[in-house]
Amino acid sequence: MTDVKNLEDIFQAKIDAEQKIEPKDWMPDAYRKNLIRQISQHAHSEVVGMLPEGNWITRAPSLKRKAILLAKVQDEAGHGLYLYSAVETMGVSREQTIDDLLSGKAKYSSIFNYPTLTWADIGAIGWLVDGAAIMNQVMLCRTSYGPYARAMVRICKEESFHQRQGYEIMAVLAKGTPGQKEMAQDALNRWWWPSLMMFGPTDANSPHSAQSMKWKIKRQSNDELRQIFIDRTVQQAEVIGLTIPDPDLKWNEETKHYDWGTIDWTEFNNVVAGNGPCNKERLAARNKAHNEGAWVREAAVAYAAKKAKRKAA
Amino acid sequence: MSDNPNNWPLWEIFIQSKRGLEHKHVGSLHAADPQMAIENARDVYTRRQEGNSIWVVASQHVHASRPEDAESFYDPADDKAYRHPTFYTMPEGAKYI
Repeated sequence: MTDVKNLEDIFQAKIDAEQKIEPKDWMPDAYRKNLIRQISQHAHSEVVGMLPEGNWITRAPSLKRKAILLAKVQDEAGHGLYLYSAVETMGVSREQTIDDLLSGKAKYSSIFNYPTLTWADIGAIGWLVDGAAIMNQVMLCRTSYGPYARAMVRICKEESFHQRQGYEIMAVLAKGTPGQKEMAQDALNRWWWPSLMMFGPTDANSPHSAQSMKWKIKRQSNDELRQIFIDRTVQQAEVIGLTIPDPDLKWNEETKHYDWGTIDWTEFNNVVAGNGPCNKERLAARNKAHNEGAWVREAAVAYAAKKAKRKAA
Repeated sequence: MSDNPNNWPLWEIFIQSKRGLEHKHVGSLHAADPQMAIENARDVYTRRQEGNSIWVVASQHVHASRPEDAESFYDPADDKAYRHPTFYTMPEGAKYI
């Protein structure tokens, strides 16, 4: 019999050789657990992420913007589905995964616990929040677990319009009336720091990162991705005449990167712990939607049974 | 489909050509059970090392849309050009977007 140590060596050799791990392959328990947690959190983030944007669908400033926002929110639902399916390949039922979200046991990205106060927030979310998510998701297209990697490829393709529509909203507002420009700047001010927090704790404070990198679940560190995001986004803000709300932001000719200020980690930890502005509201909204949708699920099953009976008759 | 119990059922064969890629439909064959279907699929569809992994699915379990309905079936996507990134005008000079 092959012992576990030997199986682990074979597993790691596959990873080192850039081979994907598939559902039926042997994998260490910790790898499976780590991925179930990560992919389900990712799925929950897509689903909860529909709420702050959904808030503006009925109040979008034009029919065009409304149709775009609907299409985007619809995409997020689809992305949640791809990811929930990837979790199921690891042997966890869909019901269990969703229950963990609804009971508050599972986490989702803290960014969605911030409110969308003005229309410009929809621009800021597309530009910054989706922009930051894309950095992470492009990396995950090369993650070591096959079903997750394949879901990410599809998601990244679909995601490409999300960031552009957000940036376009910001560009239009920034070129508009002084009031509109002010609204865009205010949204940037409120979303900038939470967006940087999306990349997670600093490398020094991210104890699980080393193992995730060894297993090639992650392929770039939190700090690396955050820095690339900052470098790119500062340029984009300049182009549309908005100011990044960071007095310490300065181009460093030596490193060829921007130096920047400090993230308020107390705020980050507080929102993760459940005390953000909208944590309770988001969870309540998900539970309400799930409960109020119960009759639809029951009716679909009853209708399928009726059709089958009619066919058999 | 024949009702003769000695006639083997039909299986749809999906081959993954390389680790990490999706399984793709390549064709079908008859076999008495899933294991035989996998072995026959190996012999029929991977003689030149085309495969890394094989999935077999009983053909009776495949339900399909009707291509002749395509026009009305996919019609909801026809007028949604804004689902494509090229729909948006990016300000001049903006990079990485």
